[in-house]
Amino acid sequence: MSGETALKLTTDVLVIGGGPAGAWAAWSAASQGAKVVLVDKGYLGSSGATAPGGTNLLYLPPDKEMRDKAVRERMASGGYLSEASWIHRVLDQVYINLERVEQWGYPFVRDENGVPQRNHLQGPEYMALMRKMVKKAGVKVLDHAPALELLVDEHGVGGARGTLRQQGKDWEVRAGAVVIATGGCAFLSKGLGCNVLTGDGYLMGAEVGAELSGMEFSRRYAPAPAFSSNTRSRLLGWATYYDQDGKELKGSRNGDFLAERLLEGPVYAIMNKADTPEKQAILRSSHAIFFLPYDRAGIDVFTQPFPLTLRYEGTVRGTGGLRIVGDYCETTVAGLYAAGDAATRERITGAASGGGAFNASWAICSGTWSGEGAARYALSQRTGAASRDLRSAGRYGLAETTGGRTLSSPRVETAELVRAIQDQVFPLQINYFRSEAGLKAALNKLHSYWPSVNEQAPGNVHERVHAREAAAMAATARWIYTAGLARKETRGAGLHLLAEYPDEDPNQHHRLLVSGLETIRTRPDRTFLGGASAASYPGTEQGA
Amino acid sequence: MIELVSTDRCIGCNLCVKVCPTNVFDKTEAAPVIARQEDCQTCFICEAYCPVDALYVSPYSDEQVEVDEAALAEQGVLGSWRATLGWGPGRTKLAAIDQTPFINRILPARPVRAAGVSDVRSPATG
Repeated sequence: MSGETALKLTTDVLVIGGGPAGAWAAWSAASQGAKVVLVDKGYLGSSGATAPGGTNLLYLPPDKEMRDKAVRERMASGGYLSEASWIHRVLDQVYINLERVEQWGYPFVRDENGVPQRNHLQGPEYMALMRKMVKKAGVKVLDHAPALELLVDEHGVGGARGTLRQQGKDWEVRAGAVVIATGGCAFLSKGLGCNVLTGDGYLMGAEVGAELSGMEFSRRYAPAPAFSSNTRSRLLGWATYYDQDGKELKGSRNGDFLAERLLEGPVYAIMNKADTPEKQAILRSSHAIFFLPYDRAGIDVFTQPFPLTLRYEGTVRGTGGLRIVGDYCETTVAGLYAAGDAATRERITGAASGGGAFNASWAICSGTWSGEGAARYALSQRTGAASRDLRSAGRYGLAETTGGRTLSSPRVETAELVRAIQDQVFPLQINYFRSEAGLKAALNKLHSYWPSVNEQAPGNVHERVHAREAAAMAATARWIYTAGLARKETRGAGLHLLAEYPDEDPNQHHRLLVSGLETIRTRPDRTFLGGASAASYPGTEQGA
Repeated sequence: MIELVSTDRCIGCNLCVKVCPTNVFDKTEAAPVIARQEDCQTCFICEAYCPVDALYVSPYSDEQVEVDEAALAEQGVLGSWRATLGWGPGRTKLAAIDQTPFINRILPARPVRAAGVSDVRSPATG
């Protein structure tokens, strides 16, 4: 890494990422008595997919029958790659945490019987509250402090380095344990709040040898206005769809409907099923962010057509991420934990999307568990992080800034590299209607771009951060398609499919692990079968 | 994308510089400037935090548009997202009147769930 390291800190737990998962991890670690530093690329309170809009939660009262039914349904829709015990664990933990959120001052509405409705959170309010509580717990928060690489020694991960991008200085935090909570990867597709989610944590993890799991489950796009960022689509349930001639597009709108229609031509919607002022007022007081772009574009959504598109959501509403092997969200590398969308969510979602409710509750729970595990691990270490002989683990997209100097080697423009990656990742024809031939061709192109990640020559601190993001996106795209080609079947709710293999294959009832950067390896993981508890998994290389 | 920092309204608190998750603004001696508009993700967060309604995020994510500050002010658009969230003195928070838990009560006759994307349809997913 280049730049003068102006800020050096030593702590027990370093949390990388300031969305809900990172906030809960930091709060939880601090509650265990650990000294905690949280760094975020942007700002704890506004960063990530949750902050700008509303988010539903997987939340059920402690009613055994109701919960058993929800778990059974999820196991089926996830193609039996999830674990009932983990879904129950999330239902238990999220109930506790949301009661806590209410005690902290979040004004959950109540129904006519006085029952608080804790299954939806308004993002700006929620994350502002989380910032307040994290700081109150004594966590040191560094905003606009993107992490660029981990620090490691033979004992495992011991901190990270990054930059204070508004000050033009670098930081180094040595820590007994690190929680990666950097979110998923949405490839700068401009989904609401998602452009900070560029797979940074996957790359940092992979560089120290962590495995990823479930990357093939990433065939997920969200409806949005064709001209805008708003990927909140639940209210489209009150819309009728039309083609460009105003002809109604009939038929079930489930599954591939919108994607298929969009390949034929523009699709418009009118929210004419909210047909009374009362209904319209209720919807406006629910997902308020939904209306904002249309109001500003001068479109009355209840009477006028508005154009739709699909924006790719990668692993944000997909389910893949860093493999976790223990009850405290340990990765396979000692001292390294993963939470939220940075971690695989297969343990609760299996092959289905965690979009909305599941991921939001997962962020809360995995944050809580990883923070607790990281704190205990750090506090149990005999050697302090300050005296460890740590080295930088970053290898990709970390070229020195040139300060305007001309390089002798060819220089790759970051923006062009990002566009080239997006061209292989965004098209519905490649990534939604997946086929073996299509993925192979795209993956070959992505492999050919890989050497370019180290030919970027950022001219300033902002470009330096973007260069690292480009490397993370290039790696993530290659993992997604490599895993996609390795799962030669169509399982669960269609979050991955291959045209050549339209059926579920009982011999592929396993998760898929991917690892490596120069060469990508895949292998099946069946450790979750048989209801074995996470702690007893063979291959677990650390305990909490 | 962010299109306006009103120098008339701005009090130089630099809160937008601080809260913007994609680091679009730069501090100056006076009002912050939009230094990296291409990095704006159209999340409207800066507007929510601005205490003096000095910012305008256009709904167009991919194209720059000309905006007329006087017209936006007259139409009540400046500060409208902050008002909707119920942020600022004397306002009721959107969270406190959130109708989301009740919208299933007004579902269309033939309920159609989140449109056009493949996902499971269990009562627990939102």
